[in-house]
Amino acid sequence: MDYTVFWFILITVLFTGFFFLEGFDYGVGTLTPWLSEREDERSQLLRTIGPVWDGNEVWMITAGGALFAAFPHVYATMFSTFYLALFLMLIALILRGVAFEMRVHTVTDARKRLWDGAICFGSAVPAFLWGVAVTDLIAGLPIGENMVYRGGFFDLLTPVSIVGGLAFLFVFAYHGAAFLTLRLHDTGLILRCQSLGLRMATFGTFAFVAWGILLYQASDLFHSPWATMLFVLAALFFVMSGLSFSIAKGKAAFMLSSLAVVFTTVSLFAGLFPRLMVSSLNPAWSLTITNAASTPYTLSIMSVAAVILVPIVLIYQGWCWYIFRHRVKPDDVKH
Amino acid sequence: MDALLLSRWQFAVTTLYHFLFVPLTLGLSIWVALLETCSVRTERPAWRDTCRQLVRFFGTLFLINFAMGVVTGIVQEFHFGMNWSEYARFMGDIFGAPLALEALTAFFLESTFLGIWMFGWDKLSPKLHCACIWLVALGSNLSAFWILVANSFMQHPVGYAIQDGRAEMQDFFALVTNHYVVGEYTHALTAGLTTTGVLILAISAWKYMHDKESRYAFTQTLKAGAIFLAVGVLGIMGSGHMHTQYLAQANPMKLASMEALWETENPAPFAIVADINQQARQNDFEITVPALFSFMVYNQPSGEIKGINAINAEWEKKYGGGDYRPDVCGLFWAFRAMVGSGGLMLLAALLTGFLAWTDRLRLFPLWLKILPFLLPLPFIANSSGWFVAEAGRQPWIVVGLQKTSAAVSPNLGGLEVGATLAGFTLVYLALIVIALYLACRHIKKTHVTHVVEGRNV
Repeated sequence: MDYTVFWFILITVLFTGFFFLEGFDYGVGTLTPWLSEREDERSQLLRTIGPVWDGNEVWMITAGGALFAAFPHVYATMFSTFYLALFLMLIALILRGVAFEMRVHTVTDARKRLWDGAICFGSAVPAFLWGVAVTDLIAGLPIGENMVYRGGFFDLLTPVSIVGGLAFLFVFAYHGAAFLTLRLHDTGLILRCQSLGLRMATFGTFAFVAWGILLYQASDLFHSPWATMLFVLAALFFVMSGLSFSIAKGKAAFMLSSLAVVFTTVSLFAGLFPRLMVSSLNPAWSLTITNAASTPYTLSIMSVAAVILVPIVLIYQGWCWYIFRHRVKPDDVKH
Repeated sequence: MDALLLSRWQFAVTTLYHFLFVPLTLGLSIWVALLETCSVRTERPAWRDTCRQLVRFFGTLFLINFAMGVVTGIVQEFHFGMNWSEYARFMGDIFGAPLALEALTAFFLESTFLGIWMFGWDKLSPKLHCACIWLVALGSNLSAFWILVANSFMQHPVGYAIQDGRAEMQDFFALVTNHYVVGEYTHALTAGLTTTGVLILAISAWKYMHDKESRYAFTQTLKAGAIFLAVGVLGIMGSGHMHTQYLAQANPMKLASMEALWETENPAPFAIVADINQQARQNDFEITVPALFSFMVYNQPSGEIKGINAINAEWEKKYGGGDYRPDVCGLFWAFRAMVGSGGLMLLAALLTGFLAWTDRLRLFPLWLKILPFLLPLPFIANSSGWFVAEAGRQPWIVVGLQKTSAAVSPNLGGLEVGATLAGFTLVYLALIVIALYLACRHIKKTHVTHVVEGRNV
């Protein structure tokens, strides 16, 4: 297999891992202030992702680094194109990252609530913006022949990309709610996760279907049979997940929502292939795995590194999950 | 103002801010790991308990600092594409690899095991728990290695070829073993130890004076901290000296600018102070020690050192007409601020070590009162050190290959970059105030006791 194809697959894997893991992290962060007014309960909610959220965020960092290493032109065009959007996302991630730490050291409830608000903002904004970003990648942006973006900030926000952002926001929120029901011990809290989660599932279904319809008009995603099949399966899994969530809390719902997130991501990349960013001005100006790639030498070095390192990372992150496999009890958050 | 200048400011502000926290992450992770190792290995129950409290005490500071370092670090990774897309295109084949390897080998390691360490106190055996913090320390210090591999290429490109208008990697091994990396990495690593050493002494002195309950524990950390700092400062001086000697071949323009040596001389004098006139390309006034500069570079009182003007003439021949002189005045004084702070920190280490190990701390309360005020020193040294490193390669972004002015993203306007520069600056300012407030309150309120036979000593 060609190195560029291998790296396209690896980038897909990294983004899939990122959306699957950070998906429920963002969801938990977004929902926490809406699930409880009580500080001790909020601590339980956040404690479910406490040991892992930082490691999960590294999936995003690694996806960015891998783009830089394997497809530097995509990294350059994408990051400069999304300049203000990424600035917003960075501010959100900064506030979220410090808030997890600072809320522990803050004494008064009023200030803790501020940090919880920062976590909510810092989780919802990136979830939304990633939805906008991946939609823009496939729906196309005014990229010139020299790979430089010719539009402005508001060209990034089209109806289809905004709906895509909302779909990501609600799907992740639901994914987080399903995750919470598996990780909490307190029954009252689990019930609240379930009822709020169901609302998110409803919104998510509408947004996801609307996104699919708009994508059909605005992009060539569904010209690819693979992408179409995966996208439809993702929608089905999402609906099935919501249905099973309404009758039982538990594993099936989370497994299905995970599959929905994974299939959505893979569908988008399958639709993009062999492109990574679509130019709306001229199909020939799109960034592809051929015109945007690093040299075969660099790719071969990075391939060896990835093949060795990714399994090691998976092993110790798996060990981390094993250590914290027990449900979070109210006692766990008492200092 | 244009997008280029504002982007440079944004990079400077966010990088220097990020590097307030990085050295503490590098050094404090090792310090906390050492403390936890003490608590695991000691045979005395009272000392084990005190060590555990010290791990919690410094561990909390480490966590606050780590959070700040991580979130400001994400900005760094995004920057290269956001503001410097033409740099990313030109350099991506080389620069992306160490960045991706940093994430794969270091970021995953440190963040995953820090999560386990934070929440795993009662889920792991003490030894396994201690191993986790060592892995965090390993991850942090490994990440510094990869990013400095990337930076070293910008300072001194190796193992590449220019093809199709971009730099392409020819030899990964050459990139990693770039001699420039040795100097930068040892310097950064020891900067971590030094910064942490001063922090330990400053906090311990304050606790010694103001918190009687905790006096025993912080007498011990004054002893250990003095050694930690001495190792750091001696290492930083050694690596700095070695690296400066190496600059004579690797980047003579930077070397000459650090010392404001305009004309080639043999033997070259060392200027203690100078009134630098960048326009006239000379020093209007200077106090020099004859032959000292040559001695520092060649270990003997003779040897030619090229001057700024001579190198500029060479570079004009090689790269075309233009001004290749960096900000000589800034480099000259930043270098002196760095070295001066280093000297003061060595004195602090020796004096504190002497007083603590000979049990004379009680006799010199004035010194313990002064110590907390020395805390800015390592931060001054770190920031001015990075100024020397980065301003010293201007006008190049990659020395000899790409100019900074050619590297900026062409689609950005001054307004956009101005807005984000203001945004980052404001958020960063607010966060550091909060972080300092929480850290100070923690230092003030947390006691570390040493209970022997039911009595705190």
